[in-house]
Amino acid sequence: MPDITRDEVAHLAALSRIDLSDAELDHMAPQLSVILDAVASITGVVGDDVPATSHPLPLTNVFREDVVTPGLTAEQALSGAPEVEEQRFAVPRILEEEA
Amino acid sequence: MSATTETLVDFDEVLTRYEPALGLEVHVELSTATKMFCGCSTAFGGEPNTQVCPTCLGLPGSMPAVNKGGVEAAIRIGLALNCEIAEWCRFARKNYFYPDMPKNFQTSQYDEPIAFEGYMDVDVDGETFRVGIERAHMEEDTGKSTHVGVTGRIQGADYSLVDYNRAGIPLIEIVTKPITGAGAKAPEVARAYVQQLRELIVALGVSEARMDQGNLRADVNLSLAPIGTEKLGTRTETKNVNSFRSVERAVRFEMSRHAGVLDAGGSILQETRHFHEDSGITTSGREKSDAEDYRYFPEPDLVPVAPSREWVEELRGTLPENPTAKRARLQAEWGFSDLEMRDTVGAGALGLVEETIALGAAPQAARKWWLGEMARRANDTGAEIAELGVSPADVAAVQKLVDAGTLNDKLARQVFDGLLAGEGTPDEIIAARGLGIVSDDGALSAAVDKAIEANPDVADKIRDGKVAAAGALIGAVMKEMRGQADAGKVRELILAKLT
Repeated sequence: MPDITRDEVAHLAALSRIDLSDAELDHMAPQLSVILDAVASITGVVGDDVPATSHPLPLTNVFREDVVTPGLTAEQALSGAPEVEEQRFAVPRILEEEA
Repeated sequence: MSATTETLVDFDEVLTRYEPALGLEVHVELSTATKMFCGCSTAFGGEPNTQVCPTCLGLPGSMPAVNKGGVEAAIRIGLALNCEIAEWCRFARKNYFYPDMPKNFQTSQYDEPIAFEGYMDVDVDGETFRVGIERAHMEEDTGKSTHVGVTGRIQGADYSLVDYNRAGIPLIEIVTKPITGAGAKAPEVARAYVQQLRELIVALGVSEARMDQGNLRADVNLSLAPIGTEKLGTRTETKNVNSFRSVERAVRFEMSRHAGVLDAGGSILQETRHFHEDSGITTSGREKSDAEDYRYFPEPDLVPVAPSREWVEELRGTLPENPTAKRARLQAEWGFSDLEMRDTVGAGALGLVEETIALGAAPQAARKWWLGEMARRANDTGAEIAELGVSPADVAAVQKLVDAGTLNDKLARQVFDGLLAGEGTPDEIIAARGLGIVSDDGALSAAVDKAIEANPDVADKIRDGKVAAAGALIGAVMKEMRGQADAGKVRELILAKLT
């Protein structure tokens, strides 16, 4: 069934900004394959007549009226930020972060 | 950047060998009171990070809730673009890691847009181009980053500051189908499409749609194919083209650049380009090895949107008049010639002229100020006419003073100078600059007497019945009055004294 390659794991790790060493990649790839295999067993029970489900509740159109509700103060919002400057979240350089 | 070393082919020459295909992606920021998935205010210009909550900050455990107003606006935009409205559609997560989106994904729509398969008829120099609309979908805006350059840090000399007030504001992305067959008019078609789409959005009342404030943003896709071939060429996507004029320039530049690459036997790299407002060129954007790998999947925290047909029809009933029909109606009402109407639409001034007339100005007066005066000034500064800082109310107020004989055209222009310089309201400017026609008959009469005395031979001609000679005396009086007189009244006075 699905076999996830070491390259695919490396690609996913890069997308997720997770820094995996060669040893970790060697370790993760087979593990993820096992997990995917286990999940894949579900394909054995679905037929063509069963549509894919993205949500278990038989609900649609759950809306909120367009009315302002109180949120956080700037102080609260920034309280968990590692670095703050000028009432903004200070983040590492964005451009060229990936070589 | 290597842009300067590129060979650009003369625009007319491009057309002898290639057929352009355009595609436009326009993001419209809605003017709902609250964000798309939380109740935070969307007001522009708030202090940083004061319009945020756990949901739009992507804090753990927070849950989104769809803004009904955003869905309504999306459906109305779709209907106005002659689209079909999905009976059932979902939101999707577009995954990417970038600090302007704190959730690490943007809630968007993927293969199930709320509106699809529409069109918009675009007028270009009196010709109509039907632009196919591929889709219009709902998504959310990102936060605003300010990039800071500092020294003294070991890793990365630069960092960024992020304000999340804008993160989560509803956006509607409108994507055209490839527009082919425009040929030499491709740049104008692109511009006219964005301009007329903006008018439609404004008429719908769903967005401020100001390009200078980023409420309306255009990305321009362009490809060239050798004439006679069916297949589209490889396209480039030019981002953040922030004015109507720039849309046109970006298309023109990319056509010339593509032709240069293709003529030399090269191939176009499918990439993002950045438009430079100052030089009018595009440069290659950052290439990401894993670009476009967004791992979309249906948003598990939101249930599907399934607008009932009753709701859709109810919203259809709220649509403004069809723009093409409206233009025809207004032209008839205002008595504009085809050329006058075409120029008004082309300058992006239709809505401005309409509002000015609605506020009491005569149609030709409104047209004269917007197309004669404001369009020229916009051209001089490279600004959009709607963004000059002069409102229809200002123009209507000035014209009212002209009608009342308080201002003449020359003085009115000085009032507009004052308005553009931010000197206040028309009345304040008139007071501060000492404008306004002198209605003091004594002063005017004295000036007329002086002019007659100084030009005895002209005066004699008028006495002999050559009324046309009065022009020379009127000029002399106006000069004496430093322009602050009503020419019609001066003429009356001269004739009264001499005949």
